[in-house]
Amino acid sequence: MKFSFSSEQEEFRTSLRRFLAERSPTKEVRRLMETDAGFEPAAWRKLNTELGLTAVRIPEAYGGQGFGFGELGIVLEEMGRALLCAPFFSTAVLATGAILNAGSEAEKQALLPGIAAGDTIATLAWVEDPARWDAAATRMTATPSGGTWTLDGHKSYVLDGHTADLIVVLARAPGTSGDAGLSLFTVKGDAKGLERRNLKVMDPTRKLARLEFKGVEATLLGEAGGAAGPFARTMVEASVCLANEMAGVSERLREDALAYAQMRMQFGRPIASFQSMKHKQADMLVDVELAKSAAYYAAAALDEGDEDIAAVASLAKAAASEAALQTAVHAIQIHGGIGFTWDNDTHLWFKRAKSSEVLLGDAHHHRERMMQHWAA
Amino acid sequence: MSELTEDSVRAEVRAWLEANWNPELGLVEWRNKLADSGWGVPDWPKEWYGRDLPAALVPVVAEEFTRIGAIGVAKAGIRTLAAATILAHGTDLHKEKFLRRILTGEDTWCQLFSEPGSGSDVAGAVTRAEMQGNKWIVNGQKVWTTSAHHAHWGLLLARTDWDQTKHKGLSYFIIDMHQPGVNVQPLKQMNGHASFNQVFLTDAVVEPEFLVANVGDGWAVTTTTLMHERRGADGLRTWAMGSDRKGRAYDEERAEIATTMEPYKWYPQRAGRVDLILSRAKETGRYEDPVVRQEIARLLIMSKAAEWTARRARAAAQQGKPQGPEGSLGKLVASHVARAAARVHTQLSGADALLSGPDSPMNGVIAEILVSVPATSIAGGTDEIQRNIISERVLKMPKEPSIDTTKPFRDVPRNTVR
Repeated sequence: MKFSFSSEQEEFRTSLRRFLAERSPTKEVRRLMETDAGFEPAAWRKLNTELGLTAVRIPEAYGGQGFGFGELGIVLEEMGRALLCAPFFSTAVLATGAILNAGSEAEKQALLPGIAAGDTIATLAWVEDPARWDAAATRMTATPSGGTWTLDGHKSYVLDGHTADLIVVLARAPGTSGDAGLSLFTVKGDAKGLERRNLKVMDPTRKLARLEFKGVEATLLGEAGGAAGPFARTMVEASVCLANEMAGVSERLREDALAYAQMRMQFGRPIASFQSMKHKQADMLVDVELAKSAAYYAAAALDEGDEDIAAVASLAKAAASEAALQTAVHAIQIHGGIGFTWDNDTHLWFKRAKSSEVLLGDAHHHRERMMQHWAA
Repeated sequence: MSELTEDSVRAEVRAWLEANWNPELGLVEWRNKLADSGWGVPDWPKEWYGRDLPAALVPVVAEEFTRIGAIGVAKAGIRTLAAATILAHGTDLHKEKFLRRILTGEDTWCQLFSEPGSGSDVAGAVTRAEMQGNKWIVNGQKVWTTSAHHAHWGLLLARTDWDQTKHKGLSYFIIDMHQPGVNVQPLKQMNGHASFNQVFLTDAVVEPEFLVANVGDGWAVTTTTLMHERRGADGLRTWAMGSDRKGRAYDEERAEIATTMEPYKWYPQRAGRVDLILSRAKETGRYEDPVVRQEIARLLIMSKAAEWTARRARAAAQQGKPQGPEGSLGKLVASHVARAAARVHTQLSGADALLSGPDSPMNGVIAEILVSVPATSIAGGTDEIQRNIISERVLKMPKEPSIDTTKPFRDVPRNTVR
């Protein structure tokens, strides 16, 4: 289904869109983005339970619904459109992906049902200073001690890192480098020796934290020293998911700018009747539709086990990064002065476009990755 | 009459082809058989060389032609537009005189719409047709006329009433191209080819019965022709494949294709030749440059996303869903891709981009890309017109206030006053 959605998927999208429009109006986004957590645990649990959102992609064997990335992509696109403030990307994409890709059967049985039910908020911590998105840059060390492990070092730019109940952490055996010696671990959010600091963020709808680990006790997830592959796979999936979320962000920006241009009168006519506006809108439509095509294709490619998926994922993320930011820039411009004010909503999506552009690597990063795959 | 089904149609056409197809027939002789049997254009009316077959069953017939290797009617180019227009608006006399020879390929046609003073604004035509005695006398200049140098007939848009508003003062004619009043001159392009012509009409004569529809209906008829233009382009691509089989009919078809395709031989280059990018990057060694890799990646991303967007549109059409916005973007996106490709080819070629012909990479192919790509954003509707169409039809944005469609055309400012 690389080029179309089934009628079930279309229905799912329609009902989700209606639901999120109702539950996540801009007023609510503005209220939640001013809170430290960025969401309300009780309200999020209620929404998640009603719609089963964190369960969408988790197999039925672990308490999930067993859908694929096609459906997960729809959820993310609609969340991007509604700018839903929730720890979804951290929990359902990053942590769930890492556990599914790296975890043993017993670990999946232990960790995933709580996520599927919406009881566990989880995240993945891998980036350190200076910020690089690849696993090889990991410096945090994991030392075996008795039956468990001890983590020392820091992690930064951790999505929902200060609120997560469960943190999946990438660390390496002392003395190793590159992709060798990497392992994944799970740590409780309130673990002893773990210090969490909420970072002040440009996009207040997506909270980030810095985590300091001083002799924190951790549990191994998957095979010791074998995390490079599962982690890379998780990043590929996350890039595709983010590309789909950005498609929703871009389309919302485009539609709101169009509605404004249709309504705004200057020189005695709607500004939408000026060719300069019409041509800009046509260009925005091209940008957004091409990015959507790439995001949809990539999600289906994940489900179909396409062997070119690493290149396709980077293609989709690069396309989405450029399209979202370009659309956001146009959208502010079309709104004119009002678009630069805090009271106008455009900046909320502009900032999400900007933060998504950078998260998981910007367009340059992914273009290079794509070329590395295609040259090989 | 028995019910038409896929199976019954397949069986019938297969039996007919097995009984009649013979590659040693002359091309015209074979196509006359197709016209007589109705299998050449099965969706056309029974009384005019068709079988009234529902459009959905036409692919079944096409499959059987392919299976046995039979050649079809002469479909490519302006002929197709002429046939569609004549079927929709022509008189019985027009159908009698023109349709069969269109199908056999004996007549070629050209389209006399664009003028030096009216490109995007085709309805602003100022070529005039005046009734003198009992004939129409035509004066004016047409341009971008493919095939005019060998065409027998032209589809002519001309102004017959200057006191009417712009669109209402036009009429549509079929003009005999072989007459003293018609002077065809090749129009050399910036890439050195001359794929099109200019046509000078000086007291050219049109017989009164070759008016199509009524005086003043010219714009409506033109719209019909333009609607079929896209379909014609698709047909051209398939047909231009030709075949390498042996037989007189095949030989004659190959000659026909060579003549018709001659003007289009640079068309792959105008689309940018994205297919050559990776091999050129490796062969020039420029692939090692990370800046160049970024540009290649940008191009490949756009090109892939464009292809997938077109596939989305096709998938929606196949499922009978209403066309979404993705179906209206192809022409504009193709321009973006072509321009980006030309930029990357320049980067990859370095100083070799200064050269042309046999001195330049790939015996001139790369050079031809660089000087042909500008056509893509102009031909068949400029990028600017595409953006107008997208914003008005897809995004429902208002048209700009019009100042040329409500007053008599003679009062409308324009390039050429005759």
